Amino acid sequence: MKCKQHLTEKIIKNIFFLSSLTSIFFLLGISFILFKEGLPLFREIDLKSFLWGKSWYPTYNPPEFGLLPLILGTLWVTLGALIIAVPLGVSAAIYISELATPKIKDYLKLAIEMLTSIPSVIYGFLGIVVLGPWLQNLLNLSIGLCSLTASLLLALMAIPTIASISEEALFSVPKDYKEASYALGATKWETIAQVTVPAAFSGISTAVLLGMGRVIGETMTVLMVAGGAAIIPHSFLQPVRTITATIALEMGETVVGSNHYYALFAIACVLFIISLTLNLSADYFLNKFRRISR
Amino acid sequence: MKRITLILILAGIILTLIIPISQAGEKQIVVQGSTTVLPIAQAAAEVFMQNNPQADLSIRGGGSGNGITALIDGTCDIADSSRPMKDKEILLCQEKGVSPVPHIIAMDGIAVIVHPSNPIQGLTIEQIKDIYIGKITNWKELGGEDQKIVLVSRDSSSGTYEIFETMILQGKKVSPDSLSQTSNQAIATIISTTKGAIGYVGLGYLNSTVKAIVVNEIIPSQETVLSGTYPISRPLFMYTNGAPQGIAKDFIQFIWSEEGQKIVEEQGFIPLP
Repeated sequence: MKCKQHLTEKIIKNIFFLSSLTSIFFLLGISFILFKEGLPLFREIDLKSFLWGKSWYPTYNPPEFGLLPLILGTLWVTLGALIIAVPLGVSAAIYISELATPKIKDYLKLAIEMLTSIPSVIYGFLGIVVLGPWLQNLLNLSIGLCSLTASLLLALMAIPTIASISEEALFSVPKDYKEASYALGATKWETIAQVTVPAAFSGISTAVLLGMGRVIGETMTVLMVAGGAAIIPHSFLQPVRTITATIALEMGETVVGSNHYYALFAIACVLFIISLTLNLSADYFLNKFRRISR
Repeated sequence: MKRITLILILAGIILTLIIPISQAGEKQIVVQGSTTVLPIAQAAAEVFMQNNPQADLSIRGGGSGNGITALIDGTCDIADSSRPMKDKEILLCQEKGVSPVPHIIAMDGIAVIVHPSNPIQGLTIEQIKDIYIGKITNWKELGGEDQKIVLVSRDSSSGTYEIFETMILQGKKVSPDSLSQTSNQAIATIISTTKGAIGYVGLGYLNSTVKAIVVNEIIPSQETVLSGTYPISRPLFMYTNGAPQGIAKDFIQFIWSEEGQKIVEEQGFIPLP
C-alpha cells in the first residue's frame, strides 16, 4: 500500500516538473525560430547597414533594410510614454502608499487595476476616433496620428504596472526608517521625499523597467495611432513607426522565404533581445529590493 | 472519489479529441487573402450558403500575399488576390507541386481621394507621382490652399499598393513621410478627417466622406474602368490549386453568375463585361 502511494506521488511530481519545463521549452523554441529565420538576411546585407541604415524600403528594387528609423521610432514613443507615465505612476503610488485613507486606497487601487483590463485595440480605436482628431484640432497639426498620441495611450497602459509595483515597493520600506526620520524632527513630506522613496528606489526602478517592457512590445495601439511613417523622429508631433507596427503591417503580405520575410524576423530578433534585456534587468532589481526589505 | 475524478478527466480528454474528428466529415472551404476582394467574398458567401445549406465557407482577410502563401501551403482552398502572382510565388508553387489557376472575378479601379473640403478637382498622373515621391509638399503648389500635404499610403507589400506603385509611381520610391496604413478602410477614415490628406483606395470604398480626384481628366467610375479609359484599374483574382472542384467550383461559378456579379456591383466594384 505504501509502495503504491509512493509511486503515485513520484508520477505526479514528475508531471508537475515536466509542466514547469514547458515554459523553458517554449522560450528556447521561440528564440531558436526567431534567429533561424532572421539570420539568413545577413547573407544579403551586412550587420552594419542593417543596424544603421536610414531607409526601410523592403519591397523596392534593390531593397533597403535599414533598422534605424524603426528602432528609433520604438525608443521615441517609449520615451514619450515614460515621461508621462513615470511621474504620474510614482506619484499615484506615493499617494496610495503614504497618504490615502484605507477606504480611498482600496478604490484607487481598484480603479488603477481596471485600466489594465482595457484591451489595447480599444486604446487604439479611441486614439483614431477621439484622441487623434482632438489633438489635431487643439495643436493645429496636419494630422493627429503622431508619436504624442501614441505616447499618451501607451502611458495609460504603463501607469497601472508602474503604480502597483512602486506602491508595493514603498509599502515594504521598513517602518523603522520612517519612525527614525520623524524622531529626528522631519515633516511627512521630508520623510517621503528623502527617506521612503530613496529606500524604495530599486523597487521603483523595477516598476519603471517593467512598464517600459510593456510599452516596447505594444503593437496594436501604435499600429493604429502612431502614424506609420518610417522616418527618423525629431519631434513628438510627427508620425513615427515602431518595430512592432512594422511587423504587424507587413507580415501579412510578404512572400514566405523572401528577403523581406527574413528582414521582418531580424527586426523581431532585435525587439526580442531588447525586451529580454529589460525583463532580466527588472528581475535583477526586483531581487535586490526584495532582499533589502526583508 | 479520486478514481472517479480520474475517470472524468480521461473522459473529458477523449471527448475533446473525438468531437473535432467527427466534424471533419463536413469539409469547410477556406477563402483567404486580399482585403480588397474580401467584401465581395463575404457578401457572396452569405448568399451562397443560404442557397446551399450544406456548404460551409470560411472567409478571411490577411492580404493578397498571405492568401497566396496559404494556397501554396494547402491551408486554404481559394486565394483572393488583388494582384497577379509574383515570380517568386510562382517559383514556390513549382517547388511545392502546386499549380495555381487564376480566375478573374471582378474589375476594380483605384481612386485617389482627398478631403471633401479640398478645392483640387483633378490631377495628372505626373502630379500624383510628384506628390507621393515628396517633390510637391504643399497643396498651394497645385493651385490649392496653403496646407501641408499629408501622404497616406498602404504598407509596401499590399496588393493595392503594388498596383499604385506600378501605374503611378512607375518604380520611384514613395516618400518615407507617408503614413502606412493597414487597409483600404483605414485610409478612407484618415482622409475623411484630415484636411490636407491624400490617399488611394479601391473604388468600393468611395463614399460621401471622401472626394475622388479626376485623374488625367478621367473620372473614376464603373464605366471608365470597363471602357479602359481610367488609367488606374486592375482585375481582381481568385486563385485555386489546379482546376476548382466541388463546392469551391460552385462558389466561383456563383460569383460569375448574374446574381454574383450583382453582388460585385453592390459592393462597389465593377462586374465583368
